[in-house]
Amino acid sequence: MKEAGFKIVSLEIQVSQEESINAAIQAKADATSVSSLSGHAKILVEGLKAKCVEAGLTHVGLYHGAQLIIGDMRWEDQDRLFKEMRVDRVYPHNAIPEQAIADLKANLK
Amino acid sequence: MTKLTLAIDFGSTYTKVVAFDLVAEQLVGVAQAVSTVDTDITIGLRTALEKLRMVIGGGKLDADRILACSSAAGGLRIVAAGLVRQLTTKAAEEAALGAGAKIVGTYSYGLSPEDIGRIEKTAPDIVLLTGGTDGGDDKVILHNAVALAACKLSSPVVIAGNKIVAQKAQSLLRAANKYATVIENVLPELDRLNVEPARVAIRDIFMQRITHAKGLDKAQALVGDIIMPTPMAVLKGATLLAQGTGEESGLGDLIIVDVGGATTDVHSVGYGHPSRQGVVVKGLPEPYVKRTVEGDLGIRYNARSILEITGKKQIMEKMVFSNSPLAENIDLDASIEYLSGHIGAIPQSEEQYSIDIGLASVAVDIATQRHAGKIEEMYFPTGKVWIQYGKDLTKTKCVIGTGGIFAYGQEPRSILRTACYNQNNPMSLRPMNPECFVDERYILYAVGLLAEVAPREALRIMKRHLKSV
Repeated sequence: MKEAGFKIVSLEIQVSQEESINAAIQAKADATSVSSLSGHAKILVEGLKAKCVEAGLTHVGLYHGAQLIIGDMRWEDQDRLFKEMRVDRVYPHNAIPEQAIADLKANLK
Repeated sequence: MTKLTLAIDFGSTYTKVVAFDLVAEQLVGVAQAVSTVDTDITIGLRTALEKLRMVIGGGKLDADRILACSSAAGGLRIVAAGLVRQLTTKAAEEAALGAGAKIVGTYSYGLSPEDIGRIEKTAPDIVLLTGGTDGGDDKVILHNAVALAACKLSSPVVIAGNKIVAQKAQSLLRAANKYATVIENVLPELDRLNVEPARVAIRDIFMQRITHAKGLDKAQALVGDIIMPTPMAVLKGATLLAQGTGEESGLGDLIIVDVGGATTDVHSVGYGHPSRQGVVVKGLPEPYVKRTVEGDLGIRYNARSILEITGKKQIMEKMVFSNSPLAENIDLDASIEYLSGHIGAIPQSEEQYSIDIGLASVAVDIATQRHAGKIEEMYFPTGKVWIQYGKDLTKTKCVIGTGGIFAYGQEPRSILRTACYNQNNPMSLRPMNPECFVDERYILYAVGLLAEVAPREALRIMKRHLKSV
């Protein structure tokens, strides 16, 4: 993403929702991207959009991808689950970075 | 003889009076009379005081201090308006309930013209306006201040939102000749709930303006200021009982249930932090002193609502009296119909007691499930993770019943046990092994009032009048 020209503030691992929102405020972020490798995505994402709204970050897009859940769930169902949590874009573990970059650029126009 | 301290509750149905001797640390007497708030509130008060005089021996009622609270004339009616339902709106609700209010409307996001119409029709005593963390969203609270400024409502507005625009919201309301006061944000940061300033502000407005608006001035001439809404007095009593004072230990974390004719109130005092390892807490932080009011659970006016929520079977299963099932001979539908229309009905027979016990048990079961937190299991490559929503009350030491059904003294333990952990619903974080007590003289509100001036004496008296069941 850096190569694509985005300025990235990396928060590393085990970040609470409050930390990511505070960082987004501080950095005047346009988007928050969360990558989950352990299937913890529901914990990371549930309620995040609501907190963004209170924090005045309604305009900040939420992008989420990778290993989202543990167990068998069709991709369409995973996508719907996270869209219901008001994540703007959801990507499977085998998505290529170019897809997310293209979506970001299109959304930020 | 020592002069007495009187605690008075101007309730919607009864005006209650409790007399204390603070030097001897004793409860001297309790009396009540039908409230007369629609005509002249002092008539009911004078009757209650006369009854009290007779209860304590017929001599002169020599009191040097009177403390009063009120829930008459509809109680303290508040509309809570916030931004996101689960965040600032919920924080506003927590603050209002903790101030002893009845929530008569809840609104999230921008108020629409239809919302404003509904609020005007509701005519609340106070509007609690929140929205945005400090430095967060500033648009919605200003939109709502403009809408409230332009409407016909004259109720005071307490502004407890984003501090960056709170003064501006106040100016908008004041420019329209509305009473508006600014206090600290109820949710200054996403992970910090701050309800105490709202409770203080609501109480101030209650004392300065609401008692006058509700026609309680005549009573004030006799008893001095009505210092808080009755539910706030109950919460103060509960907090004192849990925390104790510097000199007198409290009981620790506790839950108080109050089953009424129209509502079931649950109060918990305790942080409700996870009691086991490996738990992730989600959702809005919980207040240390939490009150919930279930407007669909009451054993008279809302008896039918209990039946509709649970069905006949559940009520009948809990309808026991002296451990013998009586359910099969009772026409539950007809009985509940009767109770719904006779809100002052007092049980006279074993069957009638049994129905009350069944209804109250179900009401306490549902109300405490709604009040307590819950836990969910999730599985990850590293193992099982628990997600907690709300308060973990499993380690709560005491469950106390107060009011109505508990004053009858019939099967209080079986009713209170329904507030506890149940293996059929293991995800509900209710107390696992608490001691159960009954406020046998119905004095918890009076102790809450007394806590304002003599907390140690109040606590000692309350502890003596808790009956273990």
